Amino acid sequence: MRFRYPYIAILVAASATAPVFADPSLPGGATTTQFQDANAFSQPASNLDLEARMNFSIGNSFFRNPWIAAPATATARDGLGPLFNTNSCQGCHIKDGRGHPPLPGQAQAVSTLIRLSIPETVSTPRAASDGVVAEPTYGDQLQDFSVAGVEPEARIQWDYEYSNFEMWNGSVVELRKPIIELTHLAYGPMHPDLMISPRVAPAMIGLGLLEAIPSEDILANADPEDANQDGISGRPNTVWDGIDRELVLGRFGWKASKPTVEQQSAAAFFGDVGITSTLSPSESCMPAQTSCVEAPDGGYPEISDELLGLVSFYSRHLAVPARPDAAEPDVVAGEQIFTEVGCAGCHKPNWQTGLVDSPALSNQTIYPYTDLLLHDMGEGLADNRPDFDATGQEWRTPPLWGLGSYQVVNGHTQFLHDGRARNALEAILWHDGEAAAAKNEVAQLSEDKLNSLLLFLDSL
Amino acid sequence: MAIKTLPLSGTFAAFCLLFSTILSSAAQAAPTESELESVGERYLELASAAFSASLDEALLMQRAVEAYLLSPSETTLQNAKDSWTTARKPYAEIEAFRFGNVIIDNWEPQLNAWPLDEGFIDYVDHSMYFYELGNPVGQANLIANTSLSFGPQTLDLTELDSELLASLNELGGTEANVATGWHAIEFLLWGQDLNGTGPGAGNRPISDFAIDAADCTNGNCDRRRAYLKSVTELLIEDLEWVITQWDANSADSYSNEFAALNSKEQLRRILFGAGSLSLGELAGERMKVALYANSPEDEHDCFSDNTHFTLLHDQIGISNVLMGQTNFAGNLSSGMSVVELLEVHDPALASQLTAALNNTTQVISLIVDSAQSGVAFDQLIFPGNAEGAAMIQDAIDALVVQTRAIEASAIALGLTSLAANTEGHF
Repeated sequence: MRFRYPYIAILVAASATAPVFADPSLPGGATTTQFQDANAFSQPASNLDLEARMNFSIGNSFFRNPWIAAPATATARDGLGPLFNTNSCQGCHIKDGRGHPPLPGQAQAVSTLIRLSIPETVSTPRAASDGVVAEPTYGDQLQDFSVAGVEPEARIQWDYEYSNFEMWNGSVVELRKPIIELTHLAYGPMHPDLMISPRVAPAMIGLGLLEAIPSEDILANADPEDANQDGISGRPNTVWDGIDRELVLGRFGWKASKPTVEQQSAAAFFGDVGITSTLSPSESCMPAQTSCVEAPDGGYPEISDELLGLVSFYSRHLAVPARPDAAEPDVVAGEQIFTEVGCAGCHKPNWQTGLVDSPALSNQTIYPYTDLLLHDMGEGLADNRPDFDATGQEWRTPPLWGLGSYQVVNGHTQFLHDGRARNALEAILWHDGEAAAAKNEVAQLSEDKLNSLLLFLDSL
Repeated sequence: MAIKTLPLSGTFAAFCLLFSTILSSAAQAAPTESELESVGERYLELASAAFSASLDEALLMQRAVEAYLLSPSETTLQNAKDSWTTARKPYAEIEAFRFGNVIIDNWEPQLNAWPLDEGFIDYVDHSMYFYELGNPVGQANLIANTSLSFGPQTLDLTELDSELLASLNELGGTEANVATGWHAIEFLLWGQDLNGTGPGAGNRPISDFAIDAADCTNGNCDRRRAYLKSVTELLIEDLEWVITQWDANSADSYSNEFAALNSKEQLRRILFGAGSLSLGELAGERMKVALYANSPEDEHDCFSDNTHFTLLHDQIGISNVLMGQTNFAGNLSSGMSVVELLEVHDPALASQLTAALNNTTQVISLIVDSAQSGVAFDQLIFPGNAEGAAMIQDAIDALVVQTRAIEASAIALGLTSLAANTEGHF
């Protein structure tokens, strides 16, 4: 196996790129946007030229506007479903930000979805190109919407169980954990060894920058055997690259199961919206779902390579908002605590992007606060559903940039893969496994220090 | 702009002085500070005139809408529609001020947000209505309902006043929830365009606005009447507010903030605004997307089939900003235009930019001619209409050439980049 740059071809004009400079108040380097309002996640990289902005605008339109059921007389936007979770990218990545767990009484989950699989065994082997063994009747993702004439796969019953976490000073933080039940199964019972994983749609900012971090730098930071004995064993996920048809470093998704923004986009079009592409050529119908198999399609591929490329271009160039308060003394003190208690061990503050096909994304000093590696986060957070090399207890460190903007962009701060944490503190207290030591340090902090830490997180 | 000052030794400072003298004599093309400032002056005078012209026409539209509500008839409806179409033209021309000035870009959505999920506002034909499923209120029908529940919230919709309508924009975080502005008014006057990419615009009956409940079609005519009245009032209020921002005599206006900027930043905002409208918005969102998608939903003025005029007047607005002139406010007196400045420093580029602007206006006029002879924008984008696609592609190509000339002008006039300065010093 070998790892490679996501883009290696057009790397000639090295001298033409801007000089590297590092400024924590500009977490996306020169791509950073100064917008701080509800549109803070929807801006093009600030250093994009006008012609690139045109491509960004076109991609934006296909990211935002709904797809419709086939056959439609006169539009390239048909091909929705037959089974799907939502009809537009924006439906889940609300305002290019995060989705949310289902609201009470919400019939379909929309911006949260449930992944399905069964254990890998001798009789149910996993293909090298797949991260999981799909549930034999329903596939690897539950779709709770469908076009007319096709039954939605199931309904999602979403409740919470509550527990209390006691801080050192005796104060209590209430935590909640989703209890998920799948009802109204339309295609018969699920496999007895079903594994499920709920996923809230993550924010879209800075994805092209994360893609532009050289693979070898990410790998150099890995410590799979915990050789330095710090209790943290960052492991890379090794996943299938459907274009180059080989195993490469995974970066995107809650378990880092996709190698590039484009392949993640194609997978989301396929699994979430039911839109085929040359990367995912057949509809997401399992053989037993005959009404799905027989439903009309929108012509192959339902999204052309050109449009998928434009949506990917858009997705790669959404800017990260600036941090105007980065240099405030309280914020700086909070970051010091962040480092001291060990958060920065996985939430690695800064990286240098390499030279990639997009000049705007190249040679930037960025502050995503992630190592893009997998970590065992303990039983409490585990979905117990492996994906490629990721175990059922491992998650990819999510980037923390933009953390302080969710309230203004999305009107909530429900964090973690299933949105169980209602704020940053709850998210911290769910950390366990490799992050247990850091979490315990946080639980021991004085009120002043804890507030300072939270102030820092809110400044991101 | 951030200027980093370094302590200079005497010799080094002398060298720098010498070097800069050589540079300026070698490149006489660099415009002076006062020349650049004069470009900003012309721009501010033009902005004030252009926004005022938009308000003037919008006030005439309000009068026509009120006449329609007072006495709904085919004649008063047609007058209201005509006045909307007329008022769209000067509004489109001020879009060239949008992208360069954050205050205008932030003000704009309440007036011109698009596309909109019309089922949010009123009844729709569901066989022709596709809204975003993540939109919890895509079928809210504000006109039919006096309260609206979604998630844990319940909103009181009893009084459809302008304040309430403004607060409902982007409800639930979905951009397609547009309660106000030009396109909400357009939808109320024309109704859904159920003709797809075939001929014809929306055709809402006047009985939707019947005064007598017995004559009312599609229910809630009193609330539909209130909605149209309020949403028109809000558009006027918003235009009145923005005109105060372009008023040089008002101490805390944006006009004065702009005038106090570094002259290069002024020029950057002028050119970035013109270039962004030219390429990202017109060539990209409003033409290329429609060509790719073949979808009337991607047409800008989709209820009225007025897209052609909006495209043309957006282009005229770009041209006006760079030429420093208008076709409605007589001769502007202050300062000089971008093209006039280029004539001093790079006459060849001045001609090139002027030619590109005129050519684009000419090419987009062909789309207007087509619409006026019966083939509107939504028919041009019909799949298989090669002639229509070519006409739109020609306009896109002209906009690309024009934008390159704008970028070349920026460099010729001493800017290094049109992008916003990410260091935060605007």
